[in-house]
Amino acid sequence: MQWTLLSRLSISILQIVGIVIGSPLLLGLMRKIRCRIEGRVGPPIAQPLIEIRKLAKRERIRPEHSSWIFTIAPIVLVATTLILVAITPIFSTGSTWSADLFAIVFLLLIGSVTVALSALDTGTAFGGMGASRAMTIGALAEPALLVALLALSVPAGSSNISTILVRSLSNPTWLVTPERLLALAAFLIVIVAESGRLPVDNPSTHLELTMIHEAMILEYSGIDLALVKLGESMRLVFMLALFGNLFIPWGIATKPGPIYLIIGMLATVAKVVGLGALIATVEVGMAKLRLFRVPELMAGAFVLSVLAVVSSLVVR
Amino acid sequence: MKEISNLAIDLESVGTHRLSATVGPESIVESASSLINAGMRLALVSGHDDGFSIRIVYLFTSGPPDRRVELHVPLDIEHLELPTLASISFSASRFERELADLFGITLLGHPQPRRLVLHQHWPTNWHPMRHDTVDPPKMVREAGSYPFVPVEGSGVFEIPVGPVHAGLIEPGHFRFWVVGETILRMKARLWFVHKGIERLFEGKDIEAGLGISERISGDSAVGHSIAFSQAVEECRGTQVSARAQILRAILLEMERLYNHVADIGALCNDVGYGLAQANALSLREKLLGLNREITGHRLLRGGIFPGGAKVVRLPTQRELEEIGYQFEDLVSQSTSNTLVMERFNGTAILDRSHAQELGVVGVAARASGISFDSRDAHPFIELGENFKVALHNRGDVLARFNVRVDEFRISLLILGELIKLQSSLGEVGQISENDIKSLRAGGVGIAEGWRGTIVHRVELAANGTLSRVKIVDPSFLNWPALPVALADTIVPDFPLANKSFNLSYAGNDL
Repeated sequence: MQWTLLSRLSISILQIVGIVIGSPLLLGLMRKIRCRIEGRVGPPIAQPLIEIRKLAKRERIRPEHSSWIFTIAPIVLVATTLILVAITPIFSTGSTWSADLFAIVFLLLIGSVTVALSALDTGTAFGGMGASRAMTIGALAEPALLVALLALSVPAGSSNISTILVRSLSNPTWLVTPERLLALAAFLIVIVAESGRLPVDNPSTHLELTMIHEAMILEYSGIDLALVKLGESMRLVFMLALFGNLFIPWGIATKPGPIYLIIGMLATVAKVVGLGALIATVEVGMAKLRLFRVPELMAGAFVLSVLAVVSSLVVR
Repeated sequence: MKEISNLAIDLESVGTHRLSATVGPESIVESASSLINAGMRLALVSGHDDGFSIRIVYLFTSGPPDRRVELHVPLDIEHLELPTLASISFSASRFERELADLFGITLLGHPQPRRLVLHQHWPTNWHPMRHDTVDPPKMVREAGSYPFVPVEGSGVFEIPVGPVHAGLIEPGHFRFWVVGETILRMKARLWFVHKGIERLFEGKDIEAGLGISERISGDSAVGHSIAFSQAVEECRGTQVSARAQILRAILLEMERLYNHVADIGALCNDVGYGLAQANALSLREKLLGLNREITGHRLLRGGIFPGGAKVVRLPTQRELEEIGYQFEDLVSQSTSNTLVMERFNGTAILDRSHAQELGVVGVAARASGISFDSRDAHPFIELGENFKVALHNRGDVLARFNVRVDEFRISLLILGELIKLQSSLGEVGQISENDIKSLRAGGVGIAEGWRGTIVHRVELAANGTLSRVKIVDPSFLNWPALPVALADTIVPDFPLANKSFNLSYAGNDL
């Protein structure tokens, strides 16, 4: 059976709808888990979704001297993430038009750089502080991600994510090779850093001077803030889904057909929820690193990913 | 007392441990330096509007043994000029600026004669503590801006924070000058909440005054009400029964417990360790619930009054044990987390010499190796062998954390002893009233609140109402230490450093 244009299109749409609704829910679930472990009741799981809806109705205020960068940043963030979701195999490998790993890393980068630029654009002290911190971390995290994904593409002989997935499903022994495990560790650190979670950034803090990500989006309000929040949660879920599929590829739909697709959806949801729960649980016992230690962690991730590439070349 | 009686000041005994003398403004610098050289600490400076003159009272203390010396300096209302003590005591320079703002006194030779308490938008000739000042004036719209010291150079950025903060924090404006993330200089601009509390006391009866004293700083209700009650008792010559003194000590330690636990949790929370914060808050809640059963108020209001102390019930040994277990769990949870300890260790160091020069008191002083605790220096009750001054030398966030941990443990031991002791004693209440020596002599109360030494000085009018109450909260003395400790600290560590001092805005800006 061949992938028709219609089925490919519908998979992309399904992935987009799934992530738009699912990602705030995952954030809510992670908060809930954290609260429960700490012995608190915590807000309802749907709270982030409710907040986004509430913010969307609110008035939008923009800083007086900000330029078009500030205006387009939330849209760029959401748009790049939606493109990522549309072209990456999340529920099914058939969604692919061109899910190249370089494209993925660069689309992620466009989103984060635009947000950092918008923070600088506001001209406030906090915006500049947040942007400088985020870029310091990003400059080390993005290459680590790129190299880690490269390590995975070497044995598959392709930089297309779908091809990597299909080939690793037919060669399950790949999944426990050293380069994969090294790349896995690097990728996980990058996810934690990029999504602003402990020990890199504290997602629940509003202590002005320690913030990284929150400092950048301080001036956003109304629908702009809703978009930024949605975009950030979608990026987290996207990275978790990509991570889940690359390292535990089973379950993803490799053939057209509604049954495969449903299985693929359930499998991806299970992987993402599992990973999210894992991060939330580990976070409870974590404290935030001193800011100057974060580059050390990122450098560690980069070294791991380089080792992964080297080992993947040597092992062949 | 030997070295003090040798001084060239004509001292007269006015209280149990207190000597007093009247000196002229021309000899205040000399007299004050001889007292400071004799190892005394400037605990309080207060102004008194006596109509024809403004009287400045300097209170010097030291201990053990408990010694208190007062110098009264009357200034003619036509010539309100006071030579500064800034060169011999840093805290004096701050007290003097307060006097200049509130009483309109001209400071002679002061290195920083600018405003402290009143912000720029108050008219320059308005001095709220003068009796002829009645209504607050209109604020000046076109007020000059605050004279921040400019910090310049390539790569120096200025970060203004506050006075409105993200969270339920009192108002304070912090201005940082940074290179990259490293703080070059920080200026804390406070005094946004001047309420005129000291003026509010004037003319009130003792009972109303007690109510105000409990509300000076909500978290130090016991500390302030003990200091206030002691001062009033000294004015009236009241002797308090031994059991009432024990109850006061018990309440003071209970106040220390719930505040130290809250700080320990908050320190963990500031480094993102929410689990310890959740546990600390649950222990704090337990303590507050217990407090409610002790005095009927969660913040222990209503337990202390001039002449005595009363409680509904006391904590049982079992309850104290449970609190102890829960506390040890909390401590091991936070100290076993290496990430937390790494953040605390070596952060925001206040070294001993700086702390000494600035006149820092309380937890912050003891974390910098200064062994000063009013329970030791100015005891109102013998605390027994369990009491030790919790001392750490490093002066960093970890030292301040450890001082709190040690003090919590010591407090629990003291409480156990005191509760046993009080059951063997009878009646609560005052024992006797002596004659009042002189209204001017007033009374002084000193208590070691959980933050540090709280000092009240009270004078009564002939009809028994309060004519002047001067309050020194430890925050007033400790705030200048925060910018000093921040040198070479990085910006993201500021909230942690700030929390480790946990100074009060309300207690500072009366």
